[in-house]
Amino acid sequence: MIYEGKQKIWSDYQKEIPDDHWYYVRSCIRQNFFPASERMFTEITKNVLKKDIYETPYHTTCGGIAYHCDTIPQETVMTIVARQFALMTEAGYENYVPSCITSFGNYSETLETWREFPELEARIRENLWKSCRREFNKPKYLAHSSDLIYHWRNEIAQKGKFRLVDKETGEPLRIVEHIGCHYAKMFPHKGVGGAEYPYVLAGMVESWGGQVVDYPERRHCCGYGFRQYHVKANRGYSVSNTYKKFESMEPFHPDAIITNCPGCPYFLDRWQYVISEQTGKTYGRNGFGIPVFTYEEIAGLVLGYDPWDLGLQLHQVAVEPFLDKIGIEYDPKAKYLGLNKEDILRPGLPTSMKCF
Amino acid sequence: MADFGFKLSKSSTLDLDKVDLKVYNLLCKTDPDIKTCMACGSCSATCTAAPFSGMSMRKVILALQRGQDVRPMLGKCMLCGKCTMVCPRAINTRHLILSICKCYD
Amino acid sequence: MKDNIVIIGGGVAGMEAARQLIALGHKPIIVEKSNSLGGHVASWYKLFPDMTPASEIIARLTKEISDANVFTGTKVLSMTKDKDTYSLTLDNGVTIAAKAVLLATGFHLFDASKKEEYGYGVYDKVITNRDLEALFRGEKDARIDNPKAVGFVHCVGSRDLKAGNSQCSKVCCMTAVKQAIEMKEKFPQAEIYCFYMDLRLFGKKYEDFYINAQRDFGVHFIRGRVSEVGETFDGRLQVKAEDTLAGKPLKVQVDTLVLMSGMVCNPTVSDLVRQARLDIDDDGFLKSRNNIFDILESNRPGVFYAGACTGTKTVPETLAEARAAALEIHNYLKDG
Repeated sequence: MIYEGKQKIWSDYQKEIPDDHWYYVRSCIRQNFFPASERMFTEITKNVLKKDIYETPYHTTCGGIAYHCDTIPQETVMTIVARQFALMTEAGYENYVPSCITSFGNYSETLETWREFPELEARIRENLWKSCRREFNKPKYLAHSSDLIYHWRNEIAQKGKFRLVDKETGEPLRIVEHIGCHYAKMFPHKGVGGAEYPYVLAGMVESWGGQVVDYPERRHCCGYGFRQYHVKANRGYSVSNTYKKFESMEPFHPDAIITNCPGCPYFLDRWQYVISEQTGKTYGRNGFGIPVFTYEEIAGLVLGYDPWDLGLQLHQVAVEPFLDKIGIEYDPKAKYLGLNKEDILRPGLPTSMKCF
Repeated sequence: MADFGFKLSKSSTLDLDKVDLKVYNLLCKTDPDIKTCMACGSCSATCTAAPFSGMSMRKVILALQRGQDVRPMLGKCMLCGKCTMVCPRAINTRHLILSICKCYD
Repeated sequence: MKDNIVIIGGGVAGMEAARQLIALGHKPIIVEKSNSLGGHVASWYKLFPDMTPASEIIARLTKEISDANVFTGTKVLSMTKDKDTYSLTLDNGVTIAAKAVLLATGFHLFDASKKEEYGYGVYDKVITNRDLEALFRGEKDARIDNPKAVGFVHCVGSRDLKAGNSQCSKVCCMTAVKQAIEMKEKFPQAEIYCFYMDLRLFGKKYEDFYINAQRDFGVHFIRGRVSEVGETFDGRLQVKAEDTLAGKPLKVQVDTLVLMSGMVCNPTVSDLVRQARLDIDDDGFLKSRNNIFDILESNRPGVFYAGACTGTKTVPETLAEARAAALEIHNYLKDG
């Protein structure tokens, strides 16, 4: 691998990311899958980095899931998007940052479509006015929330308590970075580092002391595929793509996977359990799986937040070996205690994959 | 094993590092012209059995090159020899079919 | 016969045109930007279809143009027209008034790193057709270490609208077949895979090379464009394509992957084109007045073309055009 070659490509795909004043919108599903991630984003950006991040409870779905499941037409999606932009405009913001990759792709696709077909934008403005009497400005800057954490990665490293380093050997941990398909595959120039060698997560890993693992199927989709997963008959096809990725990364023995999409960490995490039940195979060391994190969770660990406050007990794959390797302390007995310190019950254990 | 109501799908990807080319390599010795096939398909276009059985000499040669079992398809051949007449690379396809059968003896 | 003729470009087109012009009694001036004559051909090892050493062609041309006035390591800074004369200023301070100018500015090898998915400049074992010729010429290349499997990717930057090139580069299919054979001769244990979309083997003896590559060298031809390349744990390359004849995705690991970089118009000519108000064709190459009868003529009287500056050409085609251009220029000056 020629690192300078990648740097050359990264330099071709830089995007301007304003340093402050962002209108933040949450994902439909992330709070269920990885409950502390979005909380961590606001915690880090507002309280640690002292940035102006605005949220409104009037925000709804962007329509992306329905769009990608073929249940609503694009014009409907665009009208929903227009309403989100109207909320941003009403709040006095110009920089729009969604937490969801598919939303980011959806907003990018909408803005690009309007750029190509201004008459369509005019029609959507009319739709929005007729349906809810709102008007909007298009955002001046659109970034994904991982772009922002990437933008502030060095400040996070400076304030950090831990680095992605093996405390015994001092060696950098080996991290697979997995980028959601809708981040840059449609519009490579809208992603930090482009679509072939994205840098957004790789930059965080490097900045926080880890080493990026580049394996042959790194570009491959996690397999979620919306209607591939949502229709049960198609799920074999969804898990097979995840399986393909793990088979490809297996020889590299990664310590963890970092992701920036709502679906990817969920499926890379949960499908490891399904694969282990169906084939008996696990991909981590000593019968464990490979832990999969969101970038907010990794940022939170680097900054020294308690793993259980980050919601890591909701992961299928045990995160403890990863925490031990870095030397992050945790109370095993507190893993399944709720915020009120009461027992939240324990999940059943898998047959093949080691979990706590 | 838990039943989830769905299973890993079998991949259709041809992995050239894992194919078994034993039969093809044998044929390269007995019928070296097999290597010159350029997949024009004239053999299949003229094949007596093709329209009714799916027989295709072009596919048979390709399948051999990809290490797949061609016996099910070979069984459809009527050995009429028309494919040999049309092959622009002068591959003796009729002889090839007999050679393939010997490989599986 | 004292009208100045300037030939811009000292590759085989410029050299052969100079040779013919000398034979016709002229004393042409060659301006070559690099430090030696021979252009791309000088960096090649053997030329199809007869496997002629490229060095022989260059040596012969060099010998036969000893009467020409040659500026190497020299660029043309500007080219302007005054009545029927072109005034060329060179970066060595020389100014030449020329009655006729021959653009033999050739092509530029497509920058394979633009096809990010193939990883040229990122993966250690990905090389180009030109890198491979350097190996054949005896240069050391640490990237090639007794490979067990070698892949050739046809059409890199050619027939590729996204790369900005709709054209077929024409010589790459034959070059790939030639290099596949040479590679097999050098590393007989290696499996060789050629990934192609169509095999465009149009020239004299080309199809024979193809048959030889299949029959005598066991080269595997796979019809499908490579979609992506990745580096495996042990530093090999995983290559993905569709086997379009089988209608199935296909993958294979190789130790060396050779990208058949195509031809694009030499970009360094763009300043001259603007100054002399020459036309550029849709494919980015210089535009001939007519693509059947007046291939060698530009839209400006006194400015002529030879070789790959107007489109992709083989070496024999380039030499033939250079000879013809010399005659065109000779007639043009005679009619003056």
